[in-house]
This record gives sequence, structure tokens and C-alpha cells, in this order.
Amino acid sequence: MMAIAQARRRLSAAHLSDQVIERMLLFAALSAVGTLALITLFILREGLPVVFDRGPLEFLAGQKWAPTRGHFGLLPMIAGTAVVTIGALVIGLPLGLAGAITLAELAPPRIRQVLKPTVELLAGIPSVVYGFIGMEILVPLIRDSGALGGPGYSALAASIILGIMVLPTIIGISIDALEAVPKSYRDGSRALGATQWQTITGVVLPAARNGIVAAVILGMGRAVGETMAVIMVAGNAVQFPNSVLDPVRTLTANIALEMSYASGAHAQALFATGIVLFIVSLGLNTMAGRVRSVKRRAPRVLAPKTR
Amino acid sequence: MPALHLRRTLARLALLLPVGACADRSDTSLLGGELITLAGSTSIQPFAERWAEEYHGGRIVVQSGGSTAGIRAAHDGTADIGMSSRALHPVETAGLVQTIVARDGIAVIVHASNPVHATSLAQLRDIYSGRIRNWSQLGGRDAAIRVITREDGSGTRDAFEAFVMDAQHEIAPAALVTAYSGGLRKMVSQDPHAIGYVTFSQLTAEVHAITIDGIAPTERSIASGTYRLQRPFVFLTHGPPRGDALAFIEFVLSASGQRLARAEGLAPVTVQ
Repeated sequence: MMAIAQARRRLSAAHLSDQVIERMLLFAALSAVGTLALITLFILREGLPVVFDRGPLEFLAGQKWAPTRGHFGLLPMIAGTAVVTIGALVIGLPLGLAGAITLAELAPPRIRQVLKPTVELLAGIPSVVYGFIGMEILVPLIRDSGALGGPGYSALAASIILGIMVLPTIIGISIDALEAVPKSYRDGSRALGATQWQTITGVVLPAARNGIVAAVILGMGRAVGETMAVIMVAGNAVQFPNSVLDPVRTLTANIALEMSYASGAHAQALFATGIVLFIVSLGLNTMAGRVRSVKRRAPRVLAPKTR
Repeated sequence: MPALHLRRTLARLALLLPVGACADRSDTSLLGGELITLAGSTSIQPFAERWAEEYHGGRIVVQSGGSTAGIRAAHDGTADIGMSSRALHPVETAGLVQTIVARDGIAVIVHASNPVHATSLAQLRDIYSGRIRNWSQLGGRDAAIRVITREDGSGTRDAFEAFVMDAQHEIAPAALVTAYSGGLRKMVSQDPHAIGYVTFSQLTAEVHAITIDGIAPTERSIASGTYRLQRPFVFLTHGPPRGDALAFIEFVLSASGQRLARAEGLAPVTVQ
């Protein structure tokens, strides 16, 4: 009897501490959500007044940015962000996809053991280091090469640097998507006489499509949000680039460049830049989430009907 | 309009608050803390730190944050001395006493190999507004001029714009922008066709400073005012400086304080 009572007491004590820990974890989880809510509120509170003061149209469609003189057009920066993001994907997507296919489908285990951590290491390099390498090597290379030219500080330089920086994101998530494709798909394809390459392009990639699209979207998010490396190589001129060799300014660069001395409407306009950036990244993340949740249904569609 | 009125009222209220803050600090100094806080211009900060090192009258804390923050800090008493590296707008001066402690020239720099060593002020204006686009128009090589500028809001850019540009000539949007003086010098030192501007103290042999209307930036030409592309380094106090703040400002303006400024690349307040 004594033993049972003791055990029961111990159990209820364990139950209580479980509950306490559960509550604490819930609180910790909520603090992340709460921080997001506070950041959102703060950015909106600081940025919206000047947006409504000037009219949202001037911000989104205005072509001139001279905040100390009352011009707050963000369109050149929106264009700049779009250009370097697309450029980053043009460079990063083929490389990333090739890397993911190699690692998930082709490479022998020993090579994979070396390559996979290396790719992950790429994500650990601070962005200022990417920027510095870009400034010291890439920019002079572009400037002094006969075929390219221009100031070197350009959309091209930013795209190349960002293209490398999005690789870990694209490769990592694509590998997950490829590995989630059931082995039976590959076996079935090979059994039908398809070569390994035909299996990859005809069966595995289509089955992993949604995951790969999510990888690309998250890669885009990474490119849109990158700041330091871009500031160092993009040239930061507020203009619509005529070619990839022209300097551009991104939304993130706009905030980081000017925040130190900004005051009044200028500071508010930088917060407004933050709102635009916030909406873009929120949109991209939501999109990636949607596409990924579609993925979960996809195998059912593709899976052979069982009777 | 009501919003503006409200803001003004709030600003007045903000001016009332620091009285309490000041009282607090004089209490600590009575206890032997002897702490003076300087806050403001990032351009002045390194020089203020040098002065603080050599000053023996008490402990000095130097914070940066930009000229605007410095002016605000002097206003609301969060700092004993605010530092501004730009002339104050009329609306900012209320209640503040300005003491110019040094002058900082702004040198227009080109690559060391650039044969163009002189421009007129009008030519410089045309270069930065994008009207002169090729070095050959200035007697140099046939190459596009790469214009580099500082970011909007920077004190160095403010001073440059105030002296070189005007309402009809704004800095062309195609100009490269960087937020760092040292970074700008590096960009110019690496690009044979670039032109930029940095504070006089950032001038090194890596780049060449051009003369403007025949006058080269030197300590003497800046101090005497003949080289006009310059800005004042201003210490701001809420009311006339008193006590510890006054003692520190007197040290900065003394012969040894000014000698220190010159050794660090600034021009003294007056020609010596």
C-alpha cells in the first residue's frame, strides 16, 4: 500500500512538473509570435504615417528618391530588388538544382558525405565575407574585363554573389524534396527500362516538383532579404538599370545605407521601405508554405491505385 | 495642421523633461563621478575620443549616433555636449549654444594615375550632376567618369551638396553610393576613372586630391577659409557651457587641444 501511494505521489508530482514545463514551452513559443506581432506593429506605426501623408502611390510608383528633399519614390529600389533576385535565381537555380540532383540521386555515399556538409558550410559564411570577396575579386573582374566593363559595382556582381548565397537554401530543400520521393517510383521507372537520367528527369523531378518550387521561393526570400553583401557590390545608385552592368539599389540596401543619419520623414520613409520589404518576404514565405503543403497531397495523386 | 500643433506641443514638453535629468547628473558629479557625456556626429566621434584621452579633468564618455541625434541629445539633455558636423538648421538652434571646435575639409579625390588634377567649382558641379560625363572633357583620358557619392543624410554629403550643388544641379541618380568614407576612398583607389569625396582626415597617398578653382585642400587653406569645401565641427550645449562641460571645451580650444586636432587631420578653428 505504502509503495503504491508513494508511486502515485511521485506520478502526480511528475504530472505537475510536466504541466509547468508545458506552460513554459508554450510561453516561449508565444514569445516568438509576440515578437513578430510587435515588430509588425512597430514598422507599421513608424512607416505608415508618411505613406498616407504622401499617398501610397508616390511610394510605390514614384521614381525619384531624394528623402532629404521630400522625394520618396521606391520604384527604382523595387526594380533593383527584382533584378538582383531574378539574377540570383538565374545563377543559383541551375547550380542548386544540379547540386541537389547530384547529392540526392547520383553521388556515391562517400562523395555525398563530403559534399553535403560543404554545402551546409556555405550557409555559415557571414554575408559580409561574401560581400568582401565580391568587392575585392568580382567587382574588379567585371570592371576590367573587356567584354563586360562599367563600374563593376553592378546588378551582375550582386546577382552572382546572391546566386552563390542562395545555394544552400535551394540545395538543402531540394534534396529533402528529392529524398521524399518513394524509392518505388525509381524502381518502377527502372523496371520499365528507363535509364537513370530518364528516371530523374521523367519521374523523380516531377514528383518532387512542389518541394523544388518551394526551395526556389525560399531562395528568392533569401535573396530579397540579403543586405550587407549586396550593399558592398551593387553600387547602390537609385536608378533603373539599363543593363546588368549598371549599379542598382535594393530595398534592404536603402534602409541599411541611410538609417544612420536619417531623421523625421526620412526615417519614416525608411520604415516604409521596411513595410514593402516585409510584405514581399511575407508573400514569398506564404507562397512557399502553400506550395509545400500541396506537395503532401501530390504523392497520393501519383501513387499507383491499390485495390 | 492640428497634427503639427500637437507635435510642437510634444516637442515643448520634451524640452521641459531634461531639467530633471540634468539635476540627476549634477548629483552624481557631486559624488565624484565627474562624468561628461558627448553624443552625436560619427565624423567627430574619433576626434572627440582623442581629446577625451588627453583630457585629465574628468571622465568623458563619447557616443555616436549622427549629427541629428547629437543636436537632439543636446536639446533634451541626454548628453552634456552634442556634436554636430553640419551647420544647424534655424529650427534646431533654439536654446543651444554652438562652439566650433575644429574645421573639416572635404577633399575631392581621383585615382592616383588620373592626369586631371584640377577642376573649377562649376566643372565639379557638372560632373556630379551628370552633365560632364567623360574625363576627356576635362583634358584627361577618353573614359567615362565614375561618380561616387555618400548616402543621403550623411554629413559629408550635406556639406558637399551645400557648397558644390544647387537647386538646378542635383547629384545624378546614376552615381554610385557608399555609406563609408574609407570604403569610398578604396573604391576610388581601385578605379582609374572614379571621382569621389572624403573628409580631409581620410586623405591618403592612395588617391589624389584635386584642386577646386585652383585651391588645394590643406590644413592652412581650410583653417583660413580659402578652401571653401569644408564643414564646421560644432559642440552644442543647452545654454552656455558650464562646469565640467566648459572645462572640456576650453581644453579642446586650447593650444594643445588644437594641436591634437591638427595631428589627427583636422584644421584648427583659426590659423595659427
